[in-house]
Amino acid sequence: MTEPAVRRRRSGIQGNEAAAGWLFVAPAVLILGLFLVLPIGMALWVSVSGWNGQGSPFAPGVPFVGAQNYTELFLAEGLTRENFMISIRNNLYYVAVAVPAQTLLALALALVVNQRFLKGTSFFRTAFYFPSVTSSVAISVVFLFLFANSGAVNALLALVGISGPAWFADPRGLLHLVLGGLGLVDVDNPPAALTGGGPFGLSWWEWLAGPSVAMSTIIMLVVWTTSGTFMLIFLAALQDVPVQVEEASLIDGANAWQRLRHVTLPMLKPALFLVITLGLIGTWQVFDQIYVMSQGKPANTTLTPAYLSYRTAFTDFEYGVGAAISFVLFLIIVVMTLVQRWVMRDRDEVRPRRRWWPRRGGAS
Amino acid sequence: MTAPGRPARRGGFRALVGTFLGYAVLVFFALVFLYPFVIQTANSFKTEADAAAHPLSPVPDPFTTAAFTRIFDSTAFPLWIGNSILVTLLITVGRVFLDSLAGYALARLSFRGRGAVTAMIVAVMAVPGVVLLIPKFLVLNQLGIYNTYPALVLPLLVDAAGVFIMRQFFLSVPPSLEEAARMDGAGVFRTYWSIILPMARPALITLTILSFQASWNEFPHTVVAVQSPQLFTLPRGIANLVSGSLGAGTQYPLKLGAALLATIPVAIIFVVFQRYFVRGAAEGASKE
Repeated sequence: MTEPAVRRRRSGIQGNEAAAGWLFVAPAVLILGLFLVLPIGMALWVSVSGWNGQGSPFAPGVPFVGAQNYTELFLAEGLTRENFMISIRNNLYYVAVAVPAQTLLALALALVVNQRFLKGTSFFRTAFYFPSVTSSVAISVVFLFLFANSGAVNALLALVGISGPAWFADPRGLLHLVLGGLGLVDVDNPPAALTGGGPFGLSWWEWLAGPSVAMSTIIMLVVWTTSGTFMLIFLAALQDVPVQVEEASLIDGANAWQRLRHVTLPMLKPALFLVITLGLIGTWQVFDQIYVMSQGKPANTTLTPAYLSYRTAFTDFEYGVGAAISFVLFLIIVVMTLVQRWVMRDRDEVRPRRRWWPRRGGAS
Repeated sequence: MTAPGRPARRGGFRALVGTFLGYAVLVFFALVFLYPFVIQTANSFKTEADAAAHPLSPVPDPFTTAAFTRIFDSTAFPLWIGNSILVTLLITVGRVFLDSLAGYALARLSFRGRGAVTAMIVAVMAVPGVVLLIPKFLVLNQLGIYNTYPALVLPLLVDAAGVFIMRQFFLSVPPSLEEAARMDGAGVFRTYWSIILPMARPALITLTILSFQASWNEFPHTVVAVQSPQLFTLPRGIANLVSGSLGAGTQYPLKLGAALLATIPVAIIFVVFQRYFVRGAAEGASKE
């Protein structure tokens, strides 16, 4: 980074420059350190303490409880573990549905918007991206109305003769509904083999609930707001596919599907990995929508670890447990990020780093 | 961009079907992505009975602005807007100035520890925001500024991604102009302020717009930074309106109207500066 030649030439103002450099970065370092780095250390302490929110967590009277807050989440029987495991189950289903859905939708939109024989695609690109830039709170209000009992979605369903559910009040799991619909199990009277036991205090039957009807509205909302951003990432990658490659495959007589499968998709791999891991990181952090739309209701089926950590700390005043949940969540996300880094580094060796943004005007 | 000879190859019936299908997909998804906003706008001008009976209709019948009158008369909406404008203004100005200052130093000034600071900025970008909710509250509480305007503004005054964007931009600026200024005896700050900053206009506009959008929409931070309704910003106020005492009743025209008013500034900025948003989304993604 520092070139000795430059350093020697500028030796006269070297000290001056060093001082200015530190002065310039000082505000940024101070604020990021104070509000991003230091908090992590403080929360680590709180997560192993029995602090109740009164006074300072560093006051002498605050007890050190070791791993107790963590064992309550994973090992000790009780409401704390039950709620935490339910939130983990909910979020696992949420991730399993939302990430593939938003990735596929974004990819499909990018492929269509990228077609050169279609006119006006820049308008459509803007339209698809618009929900991504608006306020998550405002959007949640709109979705509350869309999925209300007398809302637009049920009005739409009524047009085709379907009586829509009371979306936000319906705690039934989709997987349960499917299993019941197929006649495999009696939902009201689940088989004893499944209700008997299961890992972490939840029965297998509970683990196998699937996302609830209420949760699926939040999944739809999130897919709707994130697809636009991910579409742009795919679009940028698509525009980096050299025209000659496509033409060569065209001359070779490949049909549209073969071109997509064997030419375009392999070149989109880095973008695909990026979108999937950004999706994995994002879906574990869902908070705003839960806060505004459901607050975990009905029957805890929209409870997620992010919201649970907030609720545990700020409504139940169990700061230690809340901080412990934050750290578990932090670890989950760090693992996702590391997986992404590892995968991306692997790809970078094959292919030089590319720009992710579309060339100006290139998309139209 | 256009492949020569391509239109000629695409001809006949199959191409026509392809074009038709392409537009059908585009129009269908344009409706999916935009019609909720149409519904939102239309229903905020409806009566409650009409909104419940005809939620899909884009035409209010009868047309009424009663919801907006009530938003301004019987909620704290004006206060929330004032808070939002103040907070957004301060955060945006702070971010543009402090991010570019730090980005410049990291790109151009050599000082001991520069590598470490750059590494810290990159590392901090990877910290997921939601897990910091409790930690942030702990620090604000400890500093004695919980539930104050500084708590709303100070932690968001610098963002690591912005510093990184500015650093990348300054790295790409040729150093010759700057060196000429130095030779003429300009100090470091003066060189930065009157030579480099004016050249950075595109990056500064991107940063301004992204900061405006992010701080105008910011929600989780306000949840842990303040408690008093006097300090609510628009998203916090609306969230309270929806999940609070009014949540039990329907009152959809009122809620949708409030959400609409919160969306309008960002919508205008988005339509006018669309390409900066696109660039920002791309740069935000490439940081990983």
